[in-house]
Amino acid sequence: MTALKVDDLSKTFPVGGGLFRAPKAAVRAVRPMSFEVAKGETLGIVGESGCGKSTLARMLVGLLEPTTGRIEIEGKPLDNADPAAFGKLIQYVFQDPVSSLNPRKTIRQIMEAPLKRLYGMGRAERAARIREIFASVNLREEFLDRYPHEFSGGQAQRIGVARALAAAPRIIILDEPVSALDVSVQAQVLNLLADLKGEFNLTYLFISHDLAVVEAVSDRILVLYFGTVVEVGPAEEVFKTPRHPYTKLLADSAPVVGRPLKAPEQKDSELPDPLNPPPGCAFAGRCPRATPECVAEVPDLRPLGEHQLAACIHPHEY
Amino acid sequence: MIAFLKLLFRNRLAAMGAVVLSAILILALITPLLPLADPDAIATGDRFKRPFTEGHLLGTDHLGRDLLSRLLWGTRLSLAVGIFAALIAASVGSAIGIIAGYFGGRTDNVIMRGVDMLMAFPYILLALAIVAALGPGLTNALIAVAAVNIPFFARNIRGVTVGLAGREFIDAARLAGMGHGRIILTELLPNVASTIVIAMSTTVGWMILETAGLSFLGLGSQPPQADLGSILGEARSALITAPHTSIVPGVMIFLIVMSINLLGDGVRDALDPRLRSGALTRPRAVTLVERRGNVPRADQKGLLNIQELETQFHVGPRIYRAVNQVSLHVNPGEAVGVIGESGSGKSVTALSVMGLVASPPGVITGGAVRYDSEDLLAASYDSLRAKRGRNVAYIFQDPLSTLHPLYRVGDQLIEAIQAHNRVPEAEARAKAIELFRAVRIPNPESRIRNFPHEMSGGMRQRVGIAMAMANDPDVIIADEPTTALDVTVQAQILSLLDDLRRERGLAIIFITHDFGVVAQLCDRVAVMYAGRIVEEGPTETILEHPAHPYTKKLMACVPELGGGKRRLAAIPGLPPQVHDLPPGCAFAPRCHKATDACREGEILLEGTETHTARCIHPEEELA
Ligand SMILES: Nc1ncnc2c1ncn2[C@@H]1O[C@H](COP(=O)(O)OP(=O)(O)OP(=O)(O)O)[C@@H](O)[C@H]1O
Ligand code: SF4
Ligand code: SF4
Ligand SMILES: [Mg+2]
Repeated sequence: MTALKVDDLSKTFPVGGGLFRAPKAAVRAVRPMSFEVAKGETLGIVGESGCGKSTLARMLVGLLEPTTGRIEIEGKPLDNADPAAFGKLIQYVFQDPVSSLNPRKTIRQIMEAPLKRLYGMGRAERAARIREIFASVNLREEFLDRYPHEFSGGQAQRIGVARALAAAPRIIILDEPVSALDVSVQAQVLNLLADLKGEFNLTYLFISHDLAVVEAVSDRILVLYFGTVVEVGPAEEVFKTPRHPYTKLLADSAPVVGRPLKAPEQKDSELPDPLNPPPGCAFAGRCPRATPECVAEVPDLRPLGEHQLAACIHPHEY
Repeated sequence: MIAFLKLLFRNRLAAMGAVVLSAILILALITPLLPLADPDAIATGDRFKRPFTEGHLLGTDHLGRDLLSRLLWGTRLSLAVGIFAALIAASVGSAIGIIAGYFGGRTDNVIMRGVDMLMAFPYILLALAIVAALGPGLTNALIAVAAVNIPFFARNIRGVTVGLAGREFIDAARLAGMGHGRIILTELLPNVASTIVIAMSTTVGWMILETAGLSFLGLGSQPPQADLGSILGEARSALITAPHTSIVPGVMIFLIVMSINLLGDGVRDALDPRLRSGALTRPRAVTLVERRGNVPRADQKGLLNIQELETQFHVGPRIYRAVNQVSLHVNPGEAVGVIGESGSGKSVTALSVMGLVASPPGVITGGAVRYDSEDLLAASYDSLRAKRGRNVAYIFQDPLSTLHPLYRVGDQLIEAIQAHNRVPEAEARAKAIELFRAVRIPNPESRIRNFPHEMSGGMRQRVGIAMAMANDPDVIIADEPTTALDVTVQAQILSLLDDLRRERGLAIIFITHDFGVVAQLCDRVAVMYAGRIVEEGPTETILEHPAHPYTKKLMACVPELGGGKRRLAAIPGLPPQVHDLPPGCAFAPRCHKATDACREGEILLEGTETHTARCIHPEEELA
């Protein structure tokens, strides 16, 4: 069964406009994309900084109004960007655990907000529910009356997860949930997330720029480049047998113990200019396999191998 | 609250302001209870009585009215009007600021352009115009003064709100189902309240002055009702013949405004979080060195040799042992990795080398740092400054923090070159272009004209490396230079550093928390935990046969590419706080091999010539 279905979703930001002037240009942060996430699945999303990961995530939870496209959760379309309507179905865990908690509120006040606003629960009911959730995320109840600055990053992130759970969503979007944490704590949080997924029947979208982390937690991985999906496939295959040259570049660049140091790419490696996007395949400027056909038109996602899809005219074969 | 008051009264001027202001406020409050003459009772026979005459302590004015009584009633009125105007300006201005800052976009644009238009008029002119339009009178003066101060609040509060509105907790509140109104009232307002209080405490004095100004011109309070301004205004014609009639209200205005401003500045300083922690001390140019015990003798190891370094932070009664007995050396052409979690002391070790740890609160309490046998901790500031950049250079995690945002990157590089060598501009420019080429920045001739914000993170970090290379240093200390970068860019930067050390014999100390990076770049690696090196040795040995349980567990925590979906090994618990270390091994509370012997006494860093570990039950025999 599908938990999330995204159809033709895109976002364009106008830039440079003033009070009375029309915007000078537009940045297409997310180009029209479609994908599905099955119930209980973890979909990993990777890509370089600025490729549109967060923009996509913010549209999915209703914090940003999509320019085009539709979002369906468990078959029900969500077409008005209203976080309160989205909130019961899909929640977000933020990258910076400390900045996502209001410094002037106690943890209890923070935890109560979704229960009060989304479900209209009474006081006793709220307290019981919070107790339940705190037990699930291994936090002590005495934390409830403290303020956010009293917690370490790992604890704060667990509070962030607890708040997302409080809304009893079907889907949780995790936007770099562990990149601000120390490695020894990172593993604690990742394992907790894996346990909660089973306990609450959740579906995850896991965004990260750390390939190894994404691979370790995901069932499927979606690779974004310049606002476009360039490759999708099962986690164990995407980095082992990358089809798209960009995925291959990512896999080759990740530092791996025992692999000698070499720059997989020696050229100017800046992303294409979002204000002046190149024609055809956006990766052509960096791609070692590029041919003139590549700049003629944007390649479509097509099936390659058994389970992978890639948007490339000259994909790697294995 | 008590801490706030203590901090406030530590500032003498603010305390003085508070005392004077309280006295004035009390007087104003009890004025109706005092046995004063009627302030408006005219007795033309008694005009211009000098102060201290019978029945008139401060004398009388041109209509023979008692000055003391008029002064106190006037003060009462002036204070009330000023404070009321401040409240109005603060509420309206803050509301405008919060709305503009929170909604942003078009709303913000329209509102703030309007506010800009208000601000474009000279202050007093605007107030005069408003009074002229509404007609003279105290209420209208109050409205005018409040109105001209609204833009100040609106701009201030908008600035703070814009910063807060972008914070993730606001998004979280929306996802928790809160509407805009509720977010503004319960999420934003508590966070901007202190800014509003600060802005109010620094402006209420001016508002009193402005109201007095309008009354002085006859546009404010109308006779016989008198505030301080109109008392002064009426006394104007007798300035020479009866100076006391002007001096008395003048002094009062002075006292009020001074005391409010002194107190306001004090409140601002006490509420400012940046000033709260470090008090009002300026950092020293070099880290304070107060070595107890003997300086270790030179032992001819490496080009840069850190010996038994101890760096502490003294904050109030607490002592944070950030770096504890750390010894580390690096040879020309060698890359040494320092690995550890946040708070383990990696960066403080690096910064101690060139005296860059902020003092206060940092103090180097022991050890030595030898560069070519010279003890840098004993060096003078001038000789240290000459060595910064020329002999030992740094690359930091965030290149933006070392690049000035308002100057072109090329000019900054040229300045760095000229700081150590007096070379002509043209030559320095040529060298800058050459350096850009050396760090593989494409199109160096045009790139040197870029501003930092025009470059991507990876390009900026290359500029950071070029700056570090500007004076051909022998040692580079790189503090997590690739942590914020994408993997593709990271790979390029790492291979660039690798080339530099091979081609130029550069010695590199590379601080990171990534074992993959260490494995690829470093010859040797030191693992730090709670301020100490817990294991040191050749990279391959440590990666394959870690001896310290912490090293082994830390490696297991880090997922490696190619492993597929799996459960990760985690280390239970948290790293300890370095101001409250347990006796014995700092890792004991999290270690599965810990025994009672681990929790007492000092555990030494022991092992072979090349591989050492600080553990009494090591994972591998070191002999
Ligand atoms: N409000 C905005 N106005 C204009 N452009 C924007 C806005 N928000 C994002 N962008 C642009 O959209 C693109 C995608 O941004 P997004 O934040 O989604 O990237 P990301 O993949 O999450 O990157 P990171 O890994 O750095 O978080 C970028 O080019 C960014 O500059
Ligand atoms: S379409 Fe062409 S340019 Fe794009 S990734 Fe494939 S080979 Fe490279
Ligand atoms: S000394 Fe003891 S507690 Fe410390 S790491 Fe070794 S075995 Fe563990
Ligand atoms: Mg992002």
